[in-house]
Amino acid sequence: MDFPGLINYWIVIILMMVGFYIVIAQGNLIKKIIGLNIFQVSVFIFYITVGKVSDGSAPIMAAGIDTYSNPLPHVLILTAIVVGVATTALGLAMIVRIRTAYNSIESDEIERAEILEDDK
Amino acid sequence: MLLTGISVIFIRNLFAVVVLAGMFSLLAAVLYVVLDAVDVAFTEAAVGAGISTLLLLGTLALTTDKELAKTKIKIIPLLLVIFTGSVLILGTRDMPNFGDAKAPANLHVAPRYIEESMKETGLPNMVTSVLASYRGYDTFGEVVVIFTAAIGVLILLGQGYRKSRRGSGKIINKNSGEAE
Repeated sequence: MDFPGLINYWIVIILMMVGFYIVIAQGNLIKKIIGLNIFQVSVFIFYITVGKVSDGSAPIMAAGIDTYSNPLPHVLILTAIVVGVATTALGLAMIVRIRTAYNSIESDEIERAEILEDDK
Repeated sequence: MLLTGISVIFIRNLFAVVVLAGMFSLLAAVLYVVLDAVDVAFTEAAVGAGISTLLLLGTLALTTDKELAKTKIKIIPLLLVIFTGSVLILGTRDMPNFGDAKAPANLHVAPRYIEESMKETGLPNMVTSVLASYRGYDTFGEVVVIFTAAIGVLILLGQGYRKSRRGSGKIINKNSGEAE
């Protein structure tokens, strides 16, 4: 196997797993959102690396260049980044709201508070 | 980049975590430039590193920047993550090599965009022509999503929230999601 080979996919997968671990193992809600962001970025990198062509240039027409990288993944990811920020904003708004209701942003404390409320 | 991602797990000061997340986005933007995706890099630097970090900092200001729980490695999630990762790595064995011009993803519609978009739309930047012309409805859908998210943020942090904040005697903060 020659050098770049499949290494881009492995980097993406490792990053993705870091994000995944943060989402499922961390109790702090803000950290969970950041983990989700890391996961997202790894997917973006996956798309962009799929669209990369060796010796290609950025997909902007210019004289003397005839190899371009694939513009389609770029467009899709452009859309996805903006949508990702919209979902992040919504999640953060929920966190602010949860904090006013339970006075905490740790998921286990919120669970405890709910059990206490049920007991009353 | 990996290092910033992993340190997010272990640092307990949330302010540092947010700054690391911003750094992570900027590094991603640099990576996009290297991979020829200049338009994506613009957006990531402006939206991912800029607005996201701003929103996160706003949330920290409204909540707290201390993480209470001690960070310890949890075994079951770790095993699950390692298992998922190995399955995915097994799955990459059939993928085309990095930078392969003959990869299926680069053969289907992309050549047409590259060859015809200058004639058909008159824009030298193919990403712009695909975004605004060929797949304009995608962009429209994106606007709908952002609009929905803005409504959601307004509902969550709108009038009722402000009233409850006023009751507790704190400063009323401007809704940070309105700028979206």
